[in-house]
Amino acid sequence: MSIVKEFTKGLWKEIPPFRLVLGLCPTLAVTKTASDGMGMGAAVIFVLVLSNVIISLVRKIIPKKVRIACFIVIAASLVVSVELLMQAYAYPLYQSLGIFVPLIVVNCIILGRAEAFAAKNPVLMSAADGLGMGIGFTLSLTFLGALREIFGYGKLFGSAVFGPAFKPFTFMVEAPGAFVCLGLILAAMNYLAIWQSKRAGLPEPAIAASCGGCRACAIGESKQIVEG
Amino acid sequence: MDYFLMLISAIFVNNILLAQYLGNCPFLGCSKEKGVAFGMGAAVIFVAVMATAFTWIMQKWVLEPYGLGYLQTLVFILVIAALVQFVEMFLKKMVPPLYKALGIFLPLITTNCAVLGIAILVQRKEFGLGMSLYYSFVASLGFTLALMLMAGIRERLVIARLPKSLQGTSIGLVMAGLMSLTFFAFKGMIE
Repeated sequence: MSIVKEFTKGLWKEIPPFRLVLGLCPTLAVTKTASDGMGMGAAVIFVLVLSNVIISLVRKIIPKKVRIACFIVIAASLVVSVELLMQAYAYPLYQSLGIFVPLIVVNCIILGRAEAFAAKNPVLMSAADGLGMGIGFTLSLTFLGALREIFGYGKLFGSAVFGPAFKPFTFMVEAPGAFVCLGLILAAMNYLAIWQSKRAGLPEPAIAASCGGCRACAIGESKQIVEG
Repeated sequence: MDYFLMLISAIFVNNILLAQYLGNCPFLGCSKEKGVAFGMGAAVIFVAVMATAFTWIMQKWVLEPYGLGYLQTLVFILVIAALVQFVEMFLKKMVPPLYKALGIFLPLITTNCAVLGIAILVQRKEFGLGMSLYYSFVASLGFTLALMLMAGIRERLVIARLPKSLQGTSIGLVMAGLMSLTFFAFKGMIE
């Protein structure tokens, strides 16, 4: 388990929205344009790296029974700082992301990584994990945003990519387009994973389940601990 | 805004799930069976209305008078988490049948973005307390409707012959997109 490995796994092998299927709400909501997706990703990187580091630092102090509550408080404080920073330095972005900036606190990625990784691993590893996952999340959001922006507005990062004859495909930038696009990307990722392991002669990988390793499971477990 | 218009708007036009993308995790995770979907939906309605009431009071009586508006996110999530815990304990002790029906869903709801999302939305729209409660009720009603419809579709999908790579979440998302497209047709009802 090297730091490099922890970092790179978030970039492809366990890329959050596409393979781990974590954090779908912002993935769908703020990918109307590539730059929105990127901005959201940057905010998530900030929160995820710092929350992973802080949680990893205090992992031996937090009693097991209240750890989810502690994780939520840590994440919420970081989200408040991101909100303030964005209001100060990136106000247009803050406005276009809207309600999804405060909602980073309930993003499955933050709690999922805290529970699955940072609560069990040393600080540097957790930072690498957070950074890798955050960058993976940003890449996915930027990719989906670019896809939707190119076909929905005929632009990429705000500059036109097609000639004047191009008729924007509005479906892509509306809600239905987001769902269908993400669904097809997930299917493509599944197909790729199956093909890869077939070629390597390995058994077929499990299809990424919805909400796998999400906070739902994390909280369900903590409940068992409280009761048990 | 007219109450009836808001009902139509929150359920069909601006459906919290299909048009505002809130609460996708339970939408994809808890939609395999109609019974489960109904339980989840009922729990969300219950918690969202109560959470909106408490967070509204917190915002107007504590955060705004003392100039602490920037702590909104932190305070709201704590209020919701505490509320869910209390509701769970209360139901377990006082209303066991209801606890039996909703109990397993309650802990999952703490970090459901629909609940926190509704609580923040009513603040951004600057509704009064009555309007906020009404909005939270109809919005979560819309959530339940979408969840139930999805569960119905998914029960059929189980017997469909799908390519392996489309199974699970990906076909769920595509179905959600088609449902969202259908709901899109209601957009003309309200400008």
